Amino acid sequence: VANDPKLLLQAGPMLRQGMTTPTAMRDVWYALAPTTLAALWFFGLSALLVLLAAIAGAMLTEWVFTPVEKRSMTIRDNSAALTGLLLGLTLPPGLPLWMAFLGGTVAIGLGKVIWGGLGTNLFNPALLGRAFLLATFPIAMTTWTPSAGPVEFFSIHASNLAAPFMMAPPTDAISAATPLGQMKFEQTSTDFMRLLIGNTGGSIGETSGLLLILGGIFLWLRRDIDWRIPVAIFASAALFSTILYLVDSVRFPGPIFTLFSGGMLLGAIYMATDPVTSPVTPKGAVIFGIGIGLLVVLIRVFGGFPEGMMYAVLLMNAATPLIDRYTQPRVFGREVKKHE
Amino acid sequence: MSFLRSLGSLSRSFAHGVHPAHHKDQTADLTIQRVPFVERYVMPLGQHIGVPARPVVEVGQQVQRGELIAEPGAFISTALHSPVSGTVRDIGPHRYVGGVFKPAIEIEAAPYSTQQFVAQPAIDWEALTIDEFIDHVQRAGIVGMGGAAFPSHVKLSIPEGQQIDEVLINGAECEPYLTNDHRLMVERPETVLRGAEMVRRKLGAKHATIGVESNKPDAIEALNAHIGANDSISVVALEVKYPQGAEKMLIKAVYGREVPAGELPRDIGIVVNNVGTVVAIADYFDSGLPLIERIVTVSGPGIEYPANLIVPIGTSIREVLRFCGGLKEETREVVMGGPMMGIPVASLDAPILKGSSGILAFTESETGHPPEYPCIRCGRCLEACPYFLNPSRLARLGKARLFEEMEAYRVTDCVECGACTFACPSNIPIVQHIRSGKDNLRQHGSAN
Repeated sequence: VANDPKLLLQAGPMLRQGMTTPTAMRDVWYALAPTTLAALWFFGLSALLVLLAAIAGAMLTEWVFTPVEKRSMTIRDNSAALTGLLLGLTLPPGLPLWMAFLGGTVAIGLGKVIWGGLGTNLFNPALLGRAFLLATFPIAMTTWTPSAGPVEFFSIHASNLAAPFMMAPPTDAISAATPLGQMKFEQTSTDFMRLLIGNTGGSIGETSGLLLILGGIFLWLRRDIDWRIPVAIFASAALFSTILYLVDSVRFPGPIFTLFSGGMLLGAIYMATDPVTSPVTPKGAVIFGIGIGLLVVLIRVFGGFPEGMMYAVLLMNAATPLIDRYTQPRVFGREVKKHE
Repeated sequence: MSFLRSLGSLSRSFAHGVHPAHHKDQTADLTIQRVPFVERYVMPLGQHIGVPARPVVEVGQQVQRGELIAEPGAFISTALHSPVSGTVRDIGPHRYVGGVFKPAIEIEAAPYSTQQFVAQPAIDWEALTIDEFIDHVQRAGIVGMGGAAFPSHVKLSIPEGQQIDEVLINGAECEPYLTNDHRLMVERPETVLRGAEMVRRKLGAKHATIGVESNKPDAIEALNAHIGANDSISVVALEVKYPQGAEKMLIKAVYGREVPAGELPRDIGIVVNNVGTVVAIADYFDSGLPLIERIVTVSGPGIEYPANLIVPIGTSIREVLRFCGGLKEETREVVMGGPMMGIPVASLDAPILKGSSGILAFTESETGHPPEYPCIRCGRCLEACPYFLNPSRLARLGKARLFEEMEAYRVTDCVECGACTFACPSNIPIVQHIRSGKDNLRQHGSAN
């Protein structure tokens, strides 16, 4: 008698928990939705255009460099568009759109595709794209426009529409200092409530601390991110900044300002927790987070730039394989006292 | 007070693990019933790892129900008995559940036999020495009834100088869908306790414990109702978590102790037996009934009428399914065992084995997994693995065929429970990569 032809021989387990990788990516979209909407409220249509340009650059690159037979899948897994969104949220609202597009291209091209696609890259693609932009266009990347609010929603910054590779992109007459810049160069702090709500100058998605935290809680509840990473970052950044603050409270910011200013929350909750580029072991996640917290404070306080989140995360990304190797959990039944 | 105690015991568990939906409602309340005898029975000589049994009958020979038809081929081997009165028709290759042919004895049931098993006088097990007791268990063909079907007499053979303190009876039944152990504990609690007592007394253990997942309160109640104040046996409720019934996980949950890697439970003074196994032992010593039938849960979305059945070993899966109304049209896969660790059935003509705890039928919605995505190192498999392995890493190494590195990541400690694969959002068949890594290490020799 032959095998029953209709029967599959797929090995078990037959049951699955239901969560899929595209769903996990989609969760991050949901988590970032309030932050993104708030960014549009504060920075207007300019912000939306920058975000769309970055997403378009990322998705187009992913599509071009993916083998035809895998295209439908890689676009469906939501990850390329997410990289574009995350990159866009770290850009200044007045950035020329072509730069944002180019950033998305580099993020996916050099940050992901060249390594072998989803799951293989060493560095956070969005931050790699941002590092490229900051190195290539330092002036445009540090020209901040004020948070104008919804009244000026439709007034697009002229600089957004600058043509590619003009020697000097036209900037707006009004530019604004970010809280971190004010702290670094003028030693003036910013009111906590403004940092929490987000009506300060800064990158598109990093200004509203409250909404970033809410999205993070959602991701934690959905078990999409390892809570140890942001918690370790906050704890270590708070600790090191407190030490410095106690040494000299005029020159150095306190822990509250450190945690709620600049890219700290966006970086700690959404960038550092990228599972591909962070340690997979619980102990490793803590070490990774402590390292980021320490590096952020060092770069912000002693480095040339006001902000250090991006470099802190990228540096710890590089250390991730090593951290994973040395933090493997003790296997059940190993290293327990043998009987006789 | 007892409420507080039950609250405390609810948390008894091992670390990590997963929580699949139970799917036990379909059969949990269905009384065990007997399937009718059919025309033809096939008894594979190899029912478990170890050495196959050696036939002691010839083609054409008449056999009685329960008569010895094959004797143990070595120490790690058990006897086989005829499940029916009838005639030996063939000794040769027959199709096995995995699709391959393996040697078996085919018996045609006598058409007009009442198939009555003539109960033998009870064996005075208390008078037997431990060696005689073990010998009886081997000759009765008793194996672990939880699924792996490891010969029970081997587990009961304790090397000189080792002392067994605790006998642990496994009533966890952590595999979804399966309710055969559950029904056994509800319907025959006194036999479970009697079998446990036999094993405990023979091994000289001080105490016996029955571990039951807390989603079977009626089983816990039934067992407790038959335990006297002075009995050296107790029931422990365990958290409902997979794989709670894995031997070393169960020991961790009940006693909080870790069996060192490479050692057996007996090395820390514990012997674990399934509830079905101790019932088989009790039945044998009480009435001489060897292991010729077992309880099988037939369930799953592809089954018309789910049931808990007493099935003679050697009945074809097709006949068992026919008794349950056959497979539904939309059935895509049939599994022998539980949905997590069971093996796919290649042929419905394959016989029920001593280790067949369930026959489950699945449809498109369970078998049509979404496509495989790349591993994004989300870590869900690490949180699932009860052995604290790194399945994500092992799967990557397995794909790259880096078997020696897999060994360095302790792949050989894996018990293939499948919790990692259950938890994987990218649908990576992690446990298959691990299995092939282990197979390769076994075949080509491992470094240490």
